[in-house]
Amino acid sequence: MTEPVVFRWHPAVVTAVEALTPWVKSVRLACDLAKSYRAGQHVDVRLTAEDGYRAQRSYSVASVPDGSGTFELMVEGLPDGEVSGWFSEVAAVGDTVELRGPIGGSFSWDGPDGGPLLLAAGGSGVVPLLAMLRRRAQAYPEIPAALIYSARTRAEAIALAELEARDRAEPGFSLHLTTTREDRARRVDADLVAAAMARLGPPGRVFICGSNRFVGTASDLIVAAGVAPGLIRTERFGA
Amino acid sequence: MVTRGFVGRRQPPETGARLPPGQYLTQDFPILQIGPNPAVDLATWRFTLREGARPITSWTWAEFEALPRTAWHGDIHCVTKWSKFDTDWEGVSIDDLLAAAGIAAPTGYLLAESYDDYSTNVPVADLLGGRAMVATRYRGEPIHPDHGGPARLFVPHLYFWKSAKWVKGLRFTQEDTAGYWELRGYHMYGDPWREQRYIGD
Repeated sequence: MTEPVVFRWHPAVVTAVEALTPWVKSVRLACDLAKSYRAGQHVDVRLTAEDGYRAQRSYSVASVPDGSGTFELMVEGLPDGEVSGWFSEVAAVGDTVELRGPIGGSFSWDGPDGGPLLLAAGGSGVVPLLAMLRRRAQAYPEIPAALIYSARTRAEAIALAELEARDRAEPGFSLHLTTTREDRARRVDADLVAAAMARLGPPGRVFICGSNRFVGTASDLIVAAGVAPGLIRTERFGA
Repeated sequence: MVTRGFVGRRQPPETGARLPPGQYLTQDFPILQIGPNPAVDLATWRFTLREGARPITSWTWAEFEALPRTAWHGDIHCVTKWSKFDTDWEGVSIDDLLAAAGIAAPTGYLLAESYDDYSTNVPVADLLGGRAMVATRYRGEPIHPDHGGPARLFVPHLYFWKSAKWVKGLRFTQEDTAGYWELRGYHMYGDPWREQRYIGD
């Protein structure tokens, strides 16, 4: 890292909007920043009102560079969300926002970083990890990977169809889903971590993303399972 | 560039005046860090001042707790856009730390170094005159490990990534030397009122 990274605002045009779950929308944005980025990174989004008032927030990128020149964001419509509210209620194809980034070298992965890759996600924390799985499938299918995913319900699990299809189709990838608000509700626990690690073997890279509470619990469980803390990278949101 | 249909949620004027540009007010206390909380044992904890590689002086936890204490009340601002108002911190000011070490700052810059191998750079002038401390209490209680306890650097007039969690020492450097996030594109200084989030801002 000898050259300093400089982030500037670039226009981005909405090219697709699709509901993924009752609360989460996939938003695809065409932007010249989307030529090259690493799985797991995020972008800053800036919206500007008629009178010049601005708001900005950070969103993880779900996509990987694929030649389309677009980013896919997965935005959860939070109650009172100033920017997420615009995405969930207003955004339509052709709208323009501003982006800068991609940002975040620490919470990102590419094949040369190696594996096996142990991923743990709570709720919408799955988005940057989905990008890592997409990158793996695109270019490094030989690297083993496992995803522990805690969602409230199956209906609220983001990209569940894609993840289950990958679990069926991709040798070396296993999905370990648990739901916390359905029959047989269960939170992430030592047995789930043990099951993922039994399939995966000792991980070489670990990424954990979700709420503070989820990340704290999952980090402790994974360290208790014998993984060196220095292998673990975390990203937390909310309170 | 106007975003179609975006109105925004304006802050009341008394809130707006306290919010640096691009920030929003939160009542929560979000947590941001690069990895798991490091295990920090007070029995072996030490806080060390260094000039380059050379140790100048160090304190055990008991010795550190016996140093003069400073309280601070006010607002903190994170580069990820949240600000939190009316927070209360207590610890040892950098002025008192240098006085206890019996030295003046040997250089104009330093790196705060942490138990998780995080580091961040700050000009020494920004740490003197009561503007910064090594905090050991939040709202009168020991700082929870999630928020950087047992001790974190506390520099509230800069973005909060400069307030290194789980700090174990200050290393004086001849030049302004980029720390962990600064090597990854974050601003060398980080003034929230000038919105210095990233290099080039």
